[in-house]
Amino acid sequence: MLDVGRHPNIELMAYSELTALTGRAGDFTAKVLKKARYVDADKCTGCGACAEVCPTPVVDLYNEGHAFRKAVYSWFAQGIPSTHAIDPDYCRVLTGKKCGICAKKCEAGAINFDQADEIVDLNVGAVVVATGYDIFDPVKMPEYRYAQLDNVITAMEFERFLSASGPTEGHIYRPSDRKIKAAKAELEKKVAKSAKGLTRFEKKHNMDSNAFVQGLTTQSIELTEDLAKDAEKWAAKAKDYNALENDFKDLAARVDKITTAKKLAFIQCVGSRDLRFYPFCSGYCCMHSIKEAIIAHEHDNDTQSVIFGMDIRAVGKGFEEYKIRGGNSSQIIYKRSRVAEITRGNNESPTLIYEDTATQKVVKEEFDLVILATACAPVKNTPELADVLGVDLDPYGFFETDPANPLDTTKAGVFVCGCAHSPMDIPESVAQASSAAARAVQAVMTAKKAS
Amino acid sequence: MSKETMKICEQPRIGVFVCDCGSNIAGHLDCADVAEYAKTLPHVVYVKENLYTCSESGIVEIKTAIAKEKLNRVLVASCSPRTHHPLFSSSCAEAGLNPYLFEMVNIRDQCSWVHMGKREEATQKAKLLIKMGVAKAAGLEPQEEIESSLIRKILVVGGGIAGLSAAQALSDMELDVILVEKAQNFGGLLRSVGTLDTGDTAEAFLGRVIEDVESRPNISCHTGANVTSTGGYIGNYKVTMDTKDGEVTEKIGAMVVATGAVPLIPEGIFGYGGKGVITLMELERKLATDTLEDAGFAGKRMVFIQCAGARSSKKEYCSRICCMIAVKNAMAVKKKYPLADVRVLYRDMQMYGTRKEQMLWDARGMGVRFDVYSPENLPRVENQKVSYFQAVTGKDVELDTELTVLSTPLTARTDASALANMLRVPTDANGFFLEAHAKLRPLDFAADGIFVAGSGRYPATAVEARTQGIGVAARVAAILFKDKLVKSAIVAQINPDSCVGCMACLPICPYEAITFNREDHICEINEVLCKGCGNCAATCPSHSALLRGYKPEQLLAQIGAA
Repeated sequence: MLDVGRHPNIELMAYSELTALTGRAGDFTAKVLKKARYVDADKCTGCGACAEVCPTPVVDLYNEGHAFRKAVYSWFAQGIPSTHAIDPDYCRVLTGKKCGICAKKCEAGAINFDQADEIVDLNVGAVVVATGYDIFDPVKMPEYRYAQLDNVITAMEFERFLSASGPTEGHIYRPSDRKIKAAKAELEKKVAKSAKGLTRFEKKHNMDSNAFVQGLTTQSIELTEDLAKDAEKWAAKAKDYNALENDFKDLAARVDKITTAKKLAFIQCVGSRDLRFYPFCSGYCCMHSIKEAIIAHEHDNDTQSVIFGMDIRAVGKGFEEYKIRGGNSSQIIYKRSRVAEITRGNNESPTLIYEDTATQKVVKEEFDLVILATACAPVKNTPELADVLGVDLDPYGFFETDPANPLDTTKAGVFVCGCAHSPMDIPESVAQASSAAARAVQAVMTAKKAS
Repeated sequence: MSKETMKICEQPRIGVFVCDCGSNIAGHLDCADVAEYAKTLPHVVYVKENLYTCSESGIVEIKTAIAKEKLNRVLVASCSPRTHHPLFSSSCAEAGLNPYLFEMVNIRDQCSWVHMGKREEATQKAKLLIKMGVAKAAGLEPQEEIESSLIRKILVVGGGIAGLSAAQALSDMELDVILVEKAQNFGGLLRSVGTLDTGDTAEAFLGRVIEDVESRPNISCHTGANVTSTGGYIGNYKVTMDTKDGEVTEKIGAMVVATGAVPLIPEGIFGYGGKGVITLMELERKLATDTLEDAGFAGKRMVFIQCAGARSSKKEYCSRICCMIAVKNAMAVKKKYPLADVRVLYRDMQMYGTRKEQMLWDARGMGVRFDVYSPENLPRVENQKVSYFQAVTGKDVELDTELTVLSTPLTARTDASALANMLRVPTDANGFFLEAHAKLRPLDFAADGIFVAGSGRYPATAVEARTQGIGVAARVAAILFKDKLVKSAIVAQINPDSCVGCMACLPICPYEAITFNREDHICEINEVLCKGCGNCAATCPSHSALLRGYKPEQLLAQIGAA
């Protein structure tokens, strides 16, 4: 990324969209919509001081919704360019409220609430489409209860959990357990607030609340006029406090028992190889499940994983060897099975119902955490982009190519690579990217020669 | 850089720029105190603290100070040289200072970030780091970047679909290509294939590509030819080939290895060689020539066995493409003999991606049966009977079969290692060529100027091999489209007067940049090949090998300052 960002021949236009393409190979005019960032890219140094002071938390989609960012943000720390952007849906100023603290804090003077979208015309010789893919939304598969069960997550969510800079700092705490922890923290605040309320009475009457309540019930304290006035309120508050504190103790005890997830289930082909959704194989998910299981085991040697799949497709260079190593040294079991259903088990542990094809028996088995290998879906607005480009899509929703010229779309001078072409892994994408670059150069050179 | 400007470096005048990096550095240590301290260091004539040294204003301040204060060394104490060294050193160059007179100290990643909450200690450490940097900077010498010419001609070894595609793409980019094929004809493994998974015949497809390649004036084609020797380095190789026209020597700028792979002959397994047992490639031929019936197939039953000789303790890897070829042929058989019982015994059907998985759906739709076997319990083939344990039903099955087809893996060519030795490129445990990086540089070798594509790297489908062949062209063009090769001056040098020719540096140089000069009995460094790792300098017993910019006196001064 950094190499691209610094390359003298590359102009990066992040946060931009192609809106129109006219002309032909060798001489296209591309209209690009540069969306307003509300931050001046020439001035912003990417220091992040604005995000530090921004008072508005926003759900962080980079962390798959398991953390918060601010309304002024960069998508992730190492992102290129490092220029920040203000989220117009959440920013207080841009939603008509008072704020602007980021503009005060920014020493580069880069914040510009008046920035507007911009349309840029580019004259280019060729176009390379590398728009990638979307992750299949497992909510569409009712049998896996992704929406209902906290501890059924996608591989991308798990990836964030495994990351040292992710929401759990690399420790695999289950979402349900994180909720309990959050509830405890919340309750702790309430308890403190409630205690404060009691302190007022305690100071005034120079008496401990417990002593007061006990005295009141056993009628062993003298109710002075002053005390009688407060007695009812104080007693009620003390009762509330005790109830809260008991709840807190319960929660604290539960939190103390929380450990990281040790028994993991990986389910393959979620949305892939499924006629209800995508008939194709997403190609890379077997490997990322194996990788995630190996990393989870490296992080905590007590971790055990079961990978459920119809086939384990470890087809790249060194992949089969990696898969075997996972089985031999990372406590991974590969089970040939398509999991039928996931239900709620004890302690929020998802229960898998599946046929173990080795024994031909239907099995119910509980896991701490279930990770879904979601399909590589065509990007949602691919049809619109195809319209803009004037190219065809294949039956699966990816850009149509001719196997004899695998990078060429149906329009001369427009090329495609990576998962916009079809699902593929990193080395294949990189090789294809080089090929698309070669085809683009050829297109430009051929057009030059002809003119 | 003129010689005159270089001379002024005799008396060091060092400028130090301390970066706050917003609050990244200044938030955790006292930058003002550090800057004050820097003023007291020897040779330091100018110190400036910047909010962001890398910002436009910071860069301007560096440039102004170079001119105004007559700085001849610049030191920036900020973040990682990995990200910002190029920016600062090129800014120095723009101000007329030799870029090798720039030194960088990392007081962020290696100081403020790792010592958060220990302000006092972090400040002390930053001071020491800068003191060391200043000591090193004082001893820096101006260097000139190494330039080398480039020959715009490429040797492509191997005339299969990968090599042909590379030649086509390179030729399209107006680069000259020499295409060398060992066999008498171009086409490689695809020649033995009947139809492609696209339905087109391989012959027709190959025919078009070969005709195009042979018709191009800037591709010189050699079939029945071998590369016999190579020498030189990126941009300037010399290769000798044994061709039909005799020995040919050519000067070239880059090389592409596209030598392909060969299918395993399954000697001694699954009854191969006996009646009614053939390989997948043999089936391809029989289908193409319509001679299935001669092989004993009358349309009753055919059984494919996948992973025949693959994914075992002997050959661990999965050959990637055999499942697709088997399914394609199973469908071809089923199409021709709709009533035939066609079965594929498999472990995992490797039908990755869109089109291949679709083939699997289609094959099932046509009635091809897929049965799982487990590697612990291999199918047995005897007297035209296949018996196997059907893993999903738990039953033993025995079937009469007219033809058993063994899907064997592609294996590395036996002559691949000889070529690898000649080009000094590595191969992996399976004998395939080893790329520079499994994920991020799949088409490059670690050695600059040599590239790899196709099944010689790892089994690839025709489409994948073609993609890689075209991709290699971009990798080559990125080098050869430039006027000349310019590389960092930070390379090793060997003093010819003190070198005793002990050759200790030869085996430890990972880039084979050192050669032994027999005439003068000394070791010599090829500056273009050298990547400045410093192994030789660390090894040389007579201290004759030195790494520019990291000479012992420079490093000792730096260490001494700590």
